[in-house]
Amino acid sequence: MAPGRICFTALMVLGLSIPAQAKTIRVTIDKLDYIPAVAQAKVGDTIEWINKDALAHTATAKNGAWNVMLKPKKNGHIVLKKAGSVDYFCKFHPNMKGRVVVTP
Amino acid sequence: MLAKLSACLATLALLSAPAFAQGNKPTDPQIAHIAYTADKIDIVAAKQALAKSKNKEVRAFAQDMVRDHSEVNKEALALVKKLKVTPQDNPTSRALSKQAAAERKKLAKLHGPAFDKAYVANEIAYHKEVDNALETTLIPSASNAQLKSLLQTGLKIFQGHEQHAEHVAADLK
Ligand SMILES: [Cu+2]
Repeated sequence: MAPGRICFTALMVLGLSIPAQAKTIRVTIDKLDYIPAVAQAKVGDTIEWINKDALAHTATAKNGAWNVMLKPKKNGHIVLKKAGSVDYFCKFHPNMKGRVVVTP
Repeated sequence: MLAKLSACLATLALLSAPAFAQGNKPTDPQIAHIAYTADKIDIVAAKQALAKSKNKEVRAFAQDMVRDHSEVNKEALALVKKLKVTPQDNPTSRALSKQAAAERKKLAKLHGPAFDKAYVANEIAYHKEVDNALETTLIPSASNAQLKSLLQTGLKIFQGHEQHAEHVAADLK
């Protein structure tokens, strides 16, 4: 058996036992818009909101799953624990709307 | 209801009659003054609420208003300085201030839940009125692109506050 083959097999085994690397997905808030408005992520990923406004905002899940306070020019994040589509809004400016789509 | 409607119409008349009649477009210095005045009025109203209300949600809302409108005005002042525009007093600003003073006097006589309800109802009406002025007159009339952009962000903030106030009003019921 060639060494390359062993190496490949070892990687396969590792690949099966270690979950895919969790990612950080960034959502920028600029002039009261969440950009992108719809963020795609996987369970275990982190969503980070970057508030570029001089105003305080929140990212508040409609289903009550999470509520992130975003101070002026500050960031905030959550780790996604469940699959599903979650609509969220800003408590201070409920006309700000976003969605996180989490796949398993 | 009727009284409210007629008050609303009177308000609209105040807003549209003196400065904007006969297709009169407000100038950038006047627009800057109107926007600044509109923000200041809401800060004063919020401070009255903070002095009078004991309701946690109403107080939190009032604090949000002070914080946001102070920030908007800070940005507005920085912009007019940069553009070397001197805000100019005008009939619309004066009408807004006069109307706000009357509302303040009315609210001063109320206490407890009656005050809370009236304050929040007025916040909804006031933000709607400013949204309308921004959309139909101030934004279309602004000639400087940066001033226009500031007003457009201002509109989103006012619309957000209006919805926030509606949530508070629903909770007070
Ligand atoms: Cu917000």
